[in-house]
Amino acid sequence: MQPLPRRLLALPLLLAVALGGCADDSGSGGGVQSVKLSTIRGRGKLVCGVDGKLPGFSFLGPDGTYSGLDADTCRAVAAAVLGDPAKVEFRDLNSSERFAALASGEVDMLARNTTMTLSRDSAGGNGISFGPTTFFDGQGVMVPVASGATTLQDLNGKPICVESGTTTELNLADRMREQGISYTPLKFQTGDQTYAAYLGGRCVAVTSDRSQLAAKRSSFPKPDEHTLLPEVMSKEPLTPASVNGDPAWADAMRWTVFALFQAEELGITKANVAAKVAEAKANTNQADLRRFLGVEGDFGKQLGLPADFVPKTIAAVGNYGEIFERNVGSGSALKLERAQNRLWTQGGLIYSPPFR
Amino acid sequence: MINTLERIPWWRDRRVMPWIVQAVVGLVLLVVISLLVGNLVRNLTGAGLLLSWRWLGQPASFDVAESLIPFDASMPYWRALLVGLVNSLRVIVVGLVGATLLGTAVGMASFSSNGLLRRLARVYVEVIRNIPLLLQLLFWYFVVFLALPNGTAAFQLPGVVVSKSGLYLAWFAQGFSWQGPELVNGVWQAPLRLSVEFTALLTGLITYSGAFIAEVVRGGIASVPLGQWEAATSLGLHWSASMRSVVLPQALRVIVPGLNSQYISLAKNSALAVAVGYVDLYSVSETTLNQTGRALEVFLLLLGSYLIIDLLISAVMNGVNQLVQIRER
Amino acid sequence: MTSLPPRPGSTTTQPLRPASPAPRTVQRSWAGVLRQELFASRGDGLVSVLLILLILASAVGLLRWAFGQAQWAVIQVNTTLFAVGRFPIEQQWRLWLLVVLVAALSGTSWGLLRAFPRADRSGELWPFNDRLAVALLGFLAAWLPAALALGFPLQLRWWAITGLLVAMRWIAGHWGRSWPPRLLKLVSLGWPLLYLFGMVLIAGGLGMSRVSPSNWGGLLLTLLMASFAILLSFPIGVVVALGRRSSLPLLRWSSVLYIEFIRGAPLITLLFLGQNILGYMLPGGWAPDRVWRAAWVLTFFCGAYLAEAVRAGLSAVPPGQLEAARSLGLSMPQALQRVVLPQALRIALPAAVGQFISLLQDTTLLSLIGLLDLLGTARTVMANPEFLGKNAEVYLTLAVLFWCCCAALGLGSRALERRLDPTHSPA
Repeated sequence: MQPLPRRLLALPLLLAVALGGCADDSGSGGGVQSVKLSTIRGRGKLVCGVDGKLPGFSFLGPDGTYSGLDADTCRAVAAAVLGDPAKVEFRDLNSSERFAALASGEVDMLARNTTMTLSRDSAGGNGISFGPTTFFDGQGVMVPVASGATTLQDLNGKPICVESGTTTELNLADRMREQGISYTPLKFQTGDQTYAAYLGGRCVAVTSDRSQLAAKRSSFPKPDEHTLLPEVMSKEPLTPASVNGDPAWADAMRWTVFALFQAEELGITKANVAAKVAEAKANTNQADLRRFLGVEGDFGKQLGLPADFVPKTIAAVGNYGEIFERNVGSGSALKLERAQNRLWTQGGLIYSPPFR
Repeated sequence: MINTLERIPWWRDRRVMPWIVQAVVGLVLLVVISLLVGNLVRNLTGAGLLLSWRWLGQPASFDVAESLIPFDASMPYWRALLVGLVNSLRVIVVGLVGATLLGTAVGMASFSSNGLLRRLARVYVEVIRNIPLLLQLLFWYFVVFLALPNGTAAFQLPGVVVSKSGLYLAWFAQGFSWQGPELVNGVWQAPLRLSVEFTALLTGLITYSGAFIAEVVRGGIASVPLGQWEAATSLGLHWSASMRSVVLPQALRVIVPGLNSQYISLAKNSALAVAVGYVDLYSVSETTLNQTGRALEVFLLLLGSYLIIDLLISAVMNGVNQLVQIRER
Repeated sequence: MTSLPPRPGSTTTQPLRPASPAPRTVQRSWAGVLRQELFASRGDGLVSVLLILLILASAVGLLRWAFGQAQWAVIQVNTTLFAVGRFPIEQQWRLWLLVVLVAALSGTSWGLLRAFPRADRSGELWPFNDRLAVALLGFLAAWLPAALALGFPLQLRWWAITGLLVAMRWIAGHWGRSWPPRLLKLVSLGWPLLYLFGMVLIAGGLGMSRVSPSNWGGLLLTLLMASFAILLSFPIGVVVALGRRSSLPLLRWSSVLYIEFIRGAPLITLLFLGQNILGYMLPGGWAPDRVWRAAWVLTFFCGAYLAEAVRAGLSAVPPGQLEAARSLGLSMPQALQRVVLPQALRIALPAAVGQFISLLQDTTLLSLIGLLDLLGTARTVMANPEFLGKNAEVYLTLAVLFWCCCAALGLGSRALERRLDPTHSPA
């Protein structure tokens, strides 16, 4: 074998690389409506970015399945788009890589206890598109009861554990600076390490979203030995998100989540959704119910979803109240109060615009 | 004559072929690099993130746990990155000294007359080198150091207190008066306090690099001819004396070049600090990336800093090497 | 300047022990050996007593912890996660098939090695080491599934797989010599084929459903990443090492640039590059999945270090070898391929294996960028409320696992070294 022909083999490779560069220009045009929806359909799977290590929100169990409020949000969207809540591929993302993963198209949506903020929403910032908030939260501080601390001032000069790359870290710095409190921030990359250090007694306090603190406290060996300080340091609306530039996909996700709210308001549950559909079909007078459940009108089509996306979603994961109670409420280990996450009709903030 | 030359096929012609090879390789490299850089520039421009350093002057708005230079959240990003760099250098320098001492001791122990000590040195090296450093660091921090007692229950030795909140050492306080650690209101106070994150990282780096350095030292000592030992012993020198004044100086010729790469890898391994909550350069860079989204600039800064640290270590070690070699003559 | 650290046992020279006579005297009593080794002088005796106390104390402490305080349920409950991550349960038969194939092929190769003895063996069919290895395998097959509290069907599977390995070893060892050459060739081709087929089994294809890389985890991901990077970094390392020693300035300088760029940066910053910047550098849609991005970073990282190892091997080959080959009329590529590289690679082997071992360890860094390798899985498991604070149990288990893998690689490399050494006389 002469060396020459072998070298020639490199030429097609070179050509391929060069052509690859040209192909890129046609692809990155973007702006076409609902590219994402057809991608998801073609793939037959929704790729959903989650935390994966946060009990109550998204958590990988020993059997390899995810559970939690965020995980169920992903399942709801999969049920709406693909008709099957199991057609979700979960991706664990840590807080520093979540936006890059969304922007690069690696995940279709993010349900990763992400706080909606201006800089994350704006085109000049992270440029992502937020849906409806699924959990209204605020930043809190947890301390051991034995420490005797009751206000932030009591933490003067003490080490505080915090997860890095979060809004929490910045809020902490802001609040402490306002109040002139000096402290040592001990930062860890992931939540599990942050709480391991707190439980190990390395820091006197740990700060995070109050729901997360409550969730973690409930999982501690002796929950009674830890308490949340009354101070709420910030507003933390935890919100699912999709990438900017595909309004049709953002709408489909947004209204799927709203459907969960609306179903609770209408008293439609996982158990009775089939009966409700039958009732709506039988009774032509119930126009609202008929439209909502897709018996009448073309809401599904307008969103690029199947006509019966609402009953499919509810049959898969239940309404918002059911999801809440199952994952973080009375039916879970966390036992969180609904508080501001009640329906607006009960004085809470959960509110769906009309399905009309 | 000319005929035979002309009959040589061009791909075997030593005057032509090198140029063709270089041209082809150069072309491929050029195409690949321009493609990558072109895409980078285009995509970053699209995201509004094209190379800019103005953000370095904006306030960092995050705090850091420990710093040798004054810092608070209102100071700019460059200052935060500097804090990280100084913290990195601190752990690298102390780690280099510690690992060298430990490695030399273990390397020498593998030539001890005591069979148990010899085998123990072997076991130490074999255990440490076959377990990932990151795992060891996590073990030191979460399993060992966070299990230490606090307050009055802390381990107390003369001049040293080891507790969960850190390592407290006696040192010169103001006016050159030797001052030891003392308990004030249930909190230890000492002139010199090392945070437990720093201590855990340091312990992990020293035990890990120490094992590799021990191998370098062992190889160096083994390279000294047996006759040197015998000569030293026949002069009536004790084991330790012959080791110190006859064998080790000769072994250094072999040891010093080997140390260089171990030192550089220790410096690079210090970036794993992020796993045990120590605020080093990488940790600050990651936080900065989160707040600013400036991936490329942060990466370039990181790369540049570690490159400079590597070069510094190499330069110093080359100097030491020359010193050792000249003395030998 | 860039000399590589020696690995233990890689040098053929025995470590000399100046204080004790080098050759062992024959047939000494136990007491005599003890006195010689531990109590040669008063100082030695003191050190020995202290060390013995220290060792005893730590051994007792460790045993009491392991059998008293430690709660190993965290490992037992999560065995599947640790082994394969979130690989879909209904597809796990593919991994079992892979394990079966690997066991069969390992057994066959092992048996054939003994059936065709080389210089380093006396030609014995069942040398002591082999009997020891089989005993160890038997013990592991009996003890490990029980210790992990696996169900009976799973235990049975492990017994069957171990039985298959030993059986193939036995069959190939006894009758391997009389197998037709075509079959023998197939066996040597078996490993690369099996690797490719294994990839198909893991990722999907040939009619099997696709399993996305984000569902690979635990030991599976760790081994996959390490083997991928090791295999692909080898050609990179050889090419770059040749480039580095080339007389053509462009080749030399681009190789130097690559090596110095990679070796100057901590691996974590390169993984950072792969996760956060690579996506911007490739045309839209070209950027691979983040698992593959990390795999490529590991490959190029390992390639640079390997290039240095190969370069050291190349410079150890006398220049006369190349000159002689060239003067025989071989072209440059031919001379390199047939004469220089085989010698250089043999010399570079210990350093290369050292590099592979550290690469296997470096896969733990994947957990820092959010991938679910062994360590990443461990961190997920420890976030589970049921297993909070079980750091010691989990980290210790991982440490033992890594230690065994790395030590096995080291042992294997030493055996290979002996086998490839043309000057070696049977010991």
